[in-house]
Amino acid sequence: MYESLNQLCEEEKTTGTPFWKLVQQEECKELQKAAEVSEQEMLGIYQAMRASYEDYEDKLQSASGLVGGEGAKLYKKRMEGTILCGDFIGRVMEKALKISESNACMKRIVAAPTAGSCGVVPAVFLSIQEHQQLSDERMVEALYVAGGIGGVIASRASLSGAAGGCQAEIGAASAMAAGGLAYLQGGAAEDISNAAALALKSLLGLACDPVAGLVEVPCVKRNVLGAVNAVTAADMTLAGIVSKIPADEVFDAMYNIGKHMDEEIRETAKGGLATTPTGMRISEKIVMQ
Amino acid sequence: MNLLDIVGPVMVGPSSSHTAGAVKIGLVSRKLMGERITDAEIFFHGSFLSTGKGHGTDRAILAGLLGYGVDDPVIPHSFEAAEKEGLHYTIKGIDLGEVHPNSVKMYLTGESGKNLEIVAASIGGGRIQICELDGLTANFSGDYPTLIVHNVDQPGHVTEVTSMLAHKSVNIATMQLYRKSRGGDAVMVIECDQEVPKEARSWLAHLEGIVKVTYLSIAGE
Repeated sequence: MYESLNQLCEEEKTTGTPFWKLVQQEECKELQKAAEVSEQEMLGIYQAMRASYEDYEDKLQSASGLVGGEGAKLYKKRMEGTILCGDFIGRVMEKALKISESNACMKRIVAAPTAGSCGVVPAVFLSIQEHQQLSDERMVEALYVAGGIGGVIASRASLSGAAGGCQAEIGAASAMAAGGLAYLQGGAAEDISNAAALALKSLLGLACDPVAGLVEVPCVKRNVLGAVNAVTAADMTLAGIVSKIPADEVFDAMYNIGKHMDEEIRETAKGGLATTPTGMRISEKIVMQ
Repeated sequence: MNLLDIVGPVMVGPSSSHTAGAVKIGLVSRKLMGERITDAEIFFHGSFLSTGKGHGTDRAILAGLLGYGVDDPVIPHSFEAAEKEGLHYTIKGIDLGEVHPNSVKMYLTGESGKNLEIVAASIGGGRIQICELDGLTANFSGDYPTLIVHNVDQPGHVTEVTSMLAHKSVNIATMQLYRKSRGGDAVMVIECDQEVPKEARSWLAHLEGIVKVTYLSIAGE
């Protein structure tokens, strides 16, 4: 697993091997796996992501009753043509909601990088595939890009809310989606790295403060934020806007911020939204059930 | 960590620690039993107890005990599946003291009458640790073929086990030794790179001073 996006950028420049292929080669070398086997596995992951969106049921409610039906509401509004964000972003929002709602309702999802942030990468990838009629092969390449970014974040910082707060879950997912999207729009390794940096920078410091300790409030709606943020980061990148802090250093900053976070806002439900008067009331009600 | 840990795993939600990890604890327990489980007394501790209901931890662990994997759509319906497949269970709370917040203790009985007491923890990202077996410290991940030998604390048992493994060309990845008291109950926990053949395990179980041999097969038997 690579430990630096800068290194990936350098290797793409010197060898001419694209970012996604470098990530794949490293994976295959470490696990003694054939490239075709790895590609089939990745295709399986992508198909599971698509299924996690298509299998959405608007009548489902989570066990706590806090989550259910939001994706259907956004779909309705999008169909009415009144979404201020426009159709493409509307699609991204709707998919992010549906997939993370399905997660809260015990349906099958792909943890990417975590179950709590499972809506971000597929919302962006499935929407751009629909929008630009991209092949599944291209989408698999983009998944390698996303995985490569996630791997670098895991090695320099963390992908766990308990260790680094929500920035390590939604933030990391957003960086992964942004890099993948930049690649799908023709970006080279430097663009991929730049998009990841822009995406994560905007989500640094995000606390993990789930009401009643459940992966529901605010997690489901934060998937929307992570997905939409990824699209803005890719757009900025392809417009030539450069992150003044390089991606690797942004990841290091995320690690530092995580270390400074109190335990109360790292998945323990002892601070933030979880301990607001309403959060406490919800929590008491759920425990009594 | 590899790529499929980052874009993956495919799992039933909502939580890698409270759902997928709980399924894995159940599944590893099922494999350690080596037979169908008919009775399970389940005691949740800490965060498993306080947020387990909302995370489906109860249904997840039952699904694992029934032999289902982390991505199986049966998980949300495992109460019904347990009823159908003849698994009797009780679920209660417990305070296990200074252990990982996501811990569970279980007393399991299999169809042949075999018993197993197990304490396990879900330590994040779906990874687990088996902490105790039959009241003795264990500490293994469930990611490797694992041989657990309970024996009387007396000279020679470690050599018997390791020479058997050498003879069967099984490489030891990690090895731990614990005992309750000098000359009392002792345990060896050996994670291996290859599977330990069944006949070698039965041979071991019949040796003088060997109390119990438990085995986790990854390939599945």
